[in-house]
Amino acid sequence: MDSTDTVRRPWEETASAGVSATKTLVLDGALTFASGRTITGVEVAYETWGRLHDDGSNAVLVCHALSGDSHLAGLRPGEDPGAAPGWWDVMVGPGKAIDTERYFVVCCNVLGGCSGTTGPSSIDPATGAPWGLRFPLVTIEDMVDVQARLLQALDVHRLLAVVGGSMGGMQALAWAKRYPDRVGSVVADATTWRLGAQAIAFNEVGRRAILEDPGFADGDYYGKETQPESGLGIARMIGHITYLSDESMHKKFGRRLQASADYAYDFVSEFQVESYLAYQGARFVERFDANTYLYMTKAMDYFDLQGGAPSLVEALRGVKARFLVLSFSSDWLFPTARSRELVAALREIGTEVTFAEIPSAYGHDAFLLEPEAQHRLIAPFLSNALRRAEAPTGGGPVDPA
Amino acid sequence: MTPRDLLRADQRFIADLVPQGARVLDLGCGDGALLARLRDERGAMVRGVEIDLANIARCVERDVPVYQGDLDEGLADVPDGRFDVVILSQTLQVVKRPRLVLTEMLRVGERSVVSFPNFGHWRVRAALALRGRMPVSEAIPYSWYDTPNIHHTTLTDFRDFCADCGAVIEQEIAFVGGEHGRARVVRWAPNLRADEAVFVLRRR
Repeated sequence: MDSTDTVRRPWEETASAGVSATKTLVLDGALTFASGRTITGVEVAYETWGRLHDDGSNAVLVCHALSGDSHLAGLRPGEDPGAAPGWWDVMVGPGKAIDTERYFVVCCNVLGGCSGTTGPSSIDPATGAPWGLRFPLVTIEDMVDVQARLLQALDVHRLLAVVGGSMGGMQALAWAKRYPDRVGSVVADATTWRLGAQAIAFNEVGRRAILEDPGFADGDYYGKETQPESGLGIARMIGHITYLSDESMHKKFGRRLQASADYAYDFVSEFQVESYLAYQGARFVERFDANTYLYMTKAMDYFDLQGGAPSLVEALRGVKARFLVLSFSSDWLFPTARSRELVAALREIGTEVTFAEIPSAYGHDAFLLEPEAQHRLIAPFLSNALRRAEAPTGGGPVDPA
Repeated sequence: MTPRDLLRADQRFIADLVPQGARVLDLGCGDGALLARLRDERGAMVRGVEIDLANIARCVERDVPVYQGDLDEGLADVPDGRFDVVILSQTLQVVKRPRLVLTEMLRVGERSVVSFPNFGHWRVRAALALRGRMPVSEAIPYSWYDTPNIHHTTLTDFRDFCADCGAVIEQEIAFVGGEHGRARVVRWAPNLRADEAVFVLRRR
């Protein structure tokens, strides 16, 4: 029998996670932000897959990136079978790396988001109007605190693993530092322990495009005829360029023209790459909130795992989780060199850390587009995490035989 | 649990040299079989460095922490004296900068263990001297045009190299590795009769 016929490629099984509905939890009491500001009545939009073991040992939290939401995998209720599945469908489902038959998988929209969790587009109970820019500035740690409160409510007191890519990876790292006793393992995928000047610069250009759009109206554009569509669209276009690589853009578009064989000698959109970016921008505006874009990019800019510590190593002391750190060869926004700094610091404090750079031409987006290589690393990493958690000694390292 | 893996002959010699509970770094750790064995049977704290992604995935399956890296770039991330034992098994001959690699091993480890195929073995000498052919043998199983082995050495040359790098040879095991690893230690004229060797080194 040819073994290649029988080898399953679960990442190709679209929407195998099935149908899941978004649920909402209202947090009890107040939430205090890193900035010191406090709000009440925070709502958290979340979805779950799989079943939590009686001993609570198999919970995996997946954290989404800038434009993500709680809809991690599979379909929403009522959707056609052919509809686009959740944003990391390739990684989450039966037999996939984050196996919904083995793990209890939780994903929630982040604090400050615009897909169900309280953010700048939510109503400020004090005024009855949307928060807009009066919403407190959000940090990655604030997002993590909200996730911790959600998990308490779901009766999850210790995570088998936190998994996240890009901004989601920042949350995963923040989890390990902020709640060292509640995280067994961390998958930090295409992420960084802090952004460099170049990435902050791109974020700032995106924010400027929004802030200086006349339709932005200081963030109070909700319900108005004019929306900051142009600014948000441009911000997305800039962001999108940073998620790709020169090679992948060249392969996809080259210098090809969209409609005609000759130049128009006009400032219309002509090159295929131009119309692609315009399309990405326009589609993004339909589903995303401009204020949330400002808050998310700022949260990423502020994130610094070193915090006020004299070194990253000092900042990480006390971290107990095991780590799988993945980077992608063509990702210049979250470059391998920065991941290696993180790995070196984690090794220095004695944690068990595995690091690999996955070869890919897809740039930063590779974490969404290279399922097989990630599957082959993340699947056994989580599998071993579960084996350890189920061992009689508990979540600690395997006792030598 | 991970199944008990078959180790190569040199790896079995190396495994016997690692003390209980040692901190072990394996450079070019391959699929992690040796490190998994040292963890399970010696209670060793194990770390690997490996360049190949498929091998890294095998290490993850074995629950062996591994760091993707190129040995020819050194071990800048590893502080001095961090490990009790640093292993370089069947890897010396494939690195571009053997001197850098050995110097780094001596820096980060209390003991360094190096295994390599012996280019001084009589079959190798005979292939070249009598037949005029580049040697291909069980220990050196590649044709000249597709071999990853770019830095062959003999036991005698390696001893000189150690002295040159500031390494003291503590132990030397020369052997003939048989099929499926029934290896026989060679004590008399090892540079002629052994096709592989394991050296234990420390800083001078």
